[in-house]
Amino acid sequence: MAAIKSIEELEKIREQAKDLINLRKDNETKTRVVVGMGTCGIAAGARQTMLAILDELKKRNLDNVIVTETGCIGLCKFEPLVDVIKPNQPKVTYVNVNEDKARQIVVKHIINNQIIDDWVIPNI
Amino acid sequence: MIMMKELSLHVLDIVENSINAGATLVEINIDEDTKKDVMIIEIIDNGRGMDETTLQKVKDPFFTTRTTRKVGLGLPLFEQAAKSCGGELEIYSKVGEGTRIKASFVRSHIDRPPLGNMSDTMVLLVAANPGKDFIYRHRIDGGEFVLDTREIKKTLQDVPISNPMVLDWIKAFVEENLKQISGGV
Repeated sequence: MAAIKSIEELEKIREQAKDLINLRKDNETKTRVVVGMGTCGIAAGARQTMLAILDELKKRNLDNVIVTETGCIGLCKFEPLVDVIKPNQPKVTYVNVNEDKARQIVVKHIINNQIIDDWVIPNI
Repeated sequence: MIMMKELSLHVLDIVENSINAGATLVEINIDEDTKKDVMIIEIIDNGRGMDETTLQKVKDPFFTTRTTRKVGLGLPLFEQAAKSCGGELEIYSKVGEGTRIKASFVRSHIDRPPLGNMSDTMVLLVAANPGKDFIYRHRIDGGEFVLDTREIKKTLQDVPISNPMVLDWIKAFVEENLKQISGGV
């Protein structure tokens, strides 16, 4: 059986990661993704939605995206809600975002700059 | 009816309350005792806490501090989950000190939701709140493990805890340790 993950292993990860860190700390050039994580969002599956976004970003090696969460914004029946805010562009809010939609949003919108109109609600 | 399919989702939901209350450190304690047939989930934060009046209203679904909608379902849902499994929900809070939520369950109760994916809950909390600290302690009978983000940050130094490689490590750490203390299956 493989040894249980240990803190020592983290040392190795640190060594690997520190060379790859994007040293640019200016958040203005980064895309922000905000996932609704209120009770309504969580009950609708927002945890898996956000993990899918993180996974897709990791697979594609994108480190200029900040993923955060927010509480309930009063549109509970549309949860999970995901906002994509690109630098100098208006916020785009996607509704009922499951894992599959989440991955497509990363590819089409975040990478290729194509808003998926069918899943968007008008700017609120 | 709205319900959380996993206890780990309730944990996520309650910890979100802590974060919104300005907590910088949140402790999650899960204690399972197969002989006594109990499972206890405790969430302790150092957020701003609640006064007596708020504390009395907080289990009422029609009370919320939020302004975007009129109901607050997180705690009532968690309480209902505990009560329908022969347990209860207790809340202790003090203004300026923090809040402690303790939910108990009859572990073998047929209606008890599964714990679900605690590794996902922890990864999400860390990824979305890299500036906050979390201590997750899980005990099953004699076995115990602890995930402490303060320790992880100390080891990582300048590498952010939200780094994907670190998140993968956290996920594997929780999964492997949980497997180990639940009998190595």
